[in-house]
Amino acid sequence: MIDTLFGPSDDARHENLVDEPLVVAYFVAALGFLLVSMLAGMLMTLQLVSWNPLQGIELASVGRWRMVHTNTIAYGFLANAFLGALHWSIPRLTLRPVLNRRLSRIVFVVWQVVVGATAVGIVVGPTLQAMSRDLESLPFSFGAQGVEWGETPTWIDPLALAGLLLAAINFMAPIARTKGALYVALWYFVAAFVWTTLTYATGALLPQVWLSGSAGPVVGLFFAPLAWGLMYYFVPILLGKPIWSHALALVGFWGLVLLYPLAGVYHFLVGPFPVLPRGGAMLATVAVEMVVVTVIVNFFATIRGSGRQLVTNLPIRWFYAGTVFYALTCLQRVVQATPTFGAMIQFSDWGVGHAHLLTFGVFGMWLLGIMTYLFPRLWRTEWTSRKLCEWHFWLSASSVFVMAADLALAGLFQGNVWASLGPWDVSVDGSMPFWRVRAIAGLFLLAGQLCFFYNLVRTWRASRGRRSAATDKGLDGNVQG
Amino acid sequence: MFKDKSGLLLVAGLGFFVLAVLSSVLLGALMVRARPEATVEQIAEQNSNLMYQFEDLAYRYPDQFARYFGTPSTETLAEALRLGRRVYVSEGCWHCHSQLVRPVARDEERWGPASTAGEYQNELQRPAMFGTRRIGPDLSREGGRHGNDWHAVHFFRPTLVSTGSPMPNYPWLFDGAPDRPNRRGLALITYVQWLGSWLESYPYYEAHEPIRRPEQE
Repeated sequence: MIDTLFGPSDDARHENLVDEPLVVAYFVAALGFLLVSMLAGMLMTLQLVSWNPLQGIELASVGRWRMVHTNTIAYGFLANAFLGALHWSIPRLTLRPVLNRRLSRIVFVVWQVVVGATAVGIVVGPTLQAMSRDLESLPFSFGAQGVEWGETPTWIDPLALAGLLLAAINFMAPIARTKGALYVALWYFVAAFVWTTLTYATGALLPQVWLSGSAGPVVGLFFAPLAWGLMYYFVPILLGKPIWSHALALVGFWGLVLLYPLAGVYHFLVGPFPVLPRGGAMLATVAVEMVVVTVIVNFFATIRGSGRQLVTNLPIRWFYAGTVFYALTCLQRVVQATPTFGAMIQFSDWGVGHAHLLTFGVFGMWLLGIMTYLFPRLWRTEWTSRKLCEWHFWLSASSVFVMAADLALAGLFQGNVWASLGPWDVSVDGSMPFWRVRAIAGLFLLAGQLCFFYNLVRTWRASRGRRSAATDKGLDGNVQG
Repeated sequence: MFKDKSGLLLVAGLGFFVLAVLSSVLLGALMVRARPEATVEQIAEQNSNLMYQFEDLAYRYPDQFARYFGTPSTETLAEALRLGRRVYVSEGCWHCHSQLVRPVARDEERWGPASTAGEYQNELQRPAMFGTRRIGPDLSREGGRHGNDWHAVHFFRPTLVSTGSPMPNYPWLFDGAPDRPNRRGLALITYVQWLGSWLESYPYYEAHEPIRRPEQE
């Protein structure tokens, strides 16, 4: 398909474009951090239901591991998986390799160091710093920084920013060199690269010295545009048909890029903050959900007539389940960004459920779908067990849905108790059943990922046997579902 | 412009981001630019409610206090506040406790006067710990509600004073027992006692009678 659209060129052969070992490395790193994050999440959830076996051990401090949970999922799992998917899709979209292979590998290593150091810094940093008065008197903390989603210790921030900047440059080069019109996926990628660098700089550095904020915008401005861009790339390839409406794609993109950054302040809806940005955020949020509807409509119209693919084509199933969940999070966002409803559920588990639905149910599932599609291609071997793939999907989709629904209900319960001046203990004791359900959902979610890891290892072993028989012939640049 | 690279880069990427920063961030910052920002030393010098609590700590835990801070003074109080705040951030306390009393959802009846912008204009609020989740109660008016000994026992093992609390134990803030808080423990207690101690209405107690549950009779 790509060859007929753009015409083949000498260098535009897959093996010259895509750095396959690097894609594999990024995916494996992503899955490693996914496991770490899920274990950390389990620890926190066990603490809340009073079953924590590691109670009282400093380096197993739930407070610290909670921050490891969010940061390893965002920068360990999602960021690594996105970067791997970009290393596959950008060269194939632009028919040019990234700027520099060596640079790519350096960025990979730097990124693992950043995330690893973040996790270690958060867990061990405070303990280390308390060991001597000299360490304590240093003007910065070894441990977490006080910015939500930006807890990366301040001493690691510069390295992280450098890594992101280098990655952006590496990817922008092939995009800059492309002639002619850019496909919609590339629009999203360009926006994401610019925003991510700027967001990280402002989110990590500004609150420390000037204004408060959260790095919540990292979700809207880093992950969302990359995720949508990847969907625009993979879905047409897998379905074997183009996106339904180019006009809607234009509207969707330009609406999103204008409104997403403005909506960010909705995280500060209630509080002693200036009214004008807050009101603007509310309007922007409602408006952005209308724009998102156009994007969702576009994708559902694209699969119209190919519904059978949802059964036969696993990656498509991951993508569309994720899109349904995305629609749900948009509904959530519309109501939670309003003063009446928002004030009631603020500080409750509603937001936690929303975060899990978005982070895993949407971005996670899209990325797992991409991995489900790409690993067989990268290893020239079909999945060893289709059954395990199915278990992976169903355990993941159902667990995250149950978790999100459970936490949304918990949030409604908590908000109501608080707003009706019920005693604090009532809101906590009453949350226990919800937290127990969430713990069980988390276990099933973990089980689903373990199915995937097991299947991955078996498939890899099978591929090693095959590779020794030299199967590079027969691989064309074209991709089919 | 809509599909070409410069349009994407400059308008969508840079332009809209800058627009958002200007309208959301800069505008707000300009509106508070006249407010002075207090340093920790200024807080230590001017807040007598807090100094009282700090001296009380020295009185209750004389050996521990002498060992870790010496004597209560504005210098050691500033030290304790800085360290206490750092412990609060690095232990992730702000992920279960908020520091923002809102004028909605009856927050004020539960915790006291709604938080105002001026309360966050100091070095100990860089960044401000508004919080996004309340598993535990809001802490912005926590100062003075409980004695230092309550806090010591509570940090050591919350369930000792708060039945059924899901808060984890923090024995590493102590030297083996709840009546022996170490440097971090003393600092954190000081920090928590600071919260809300700057108010005219300090200390503020809950205005409602909690409903007694049958087990408590």
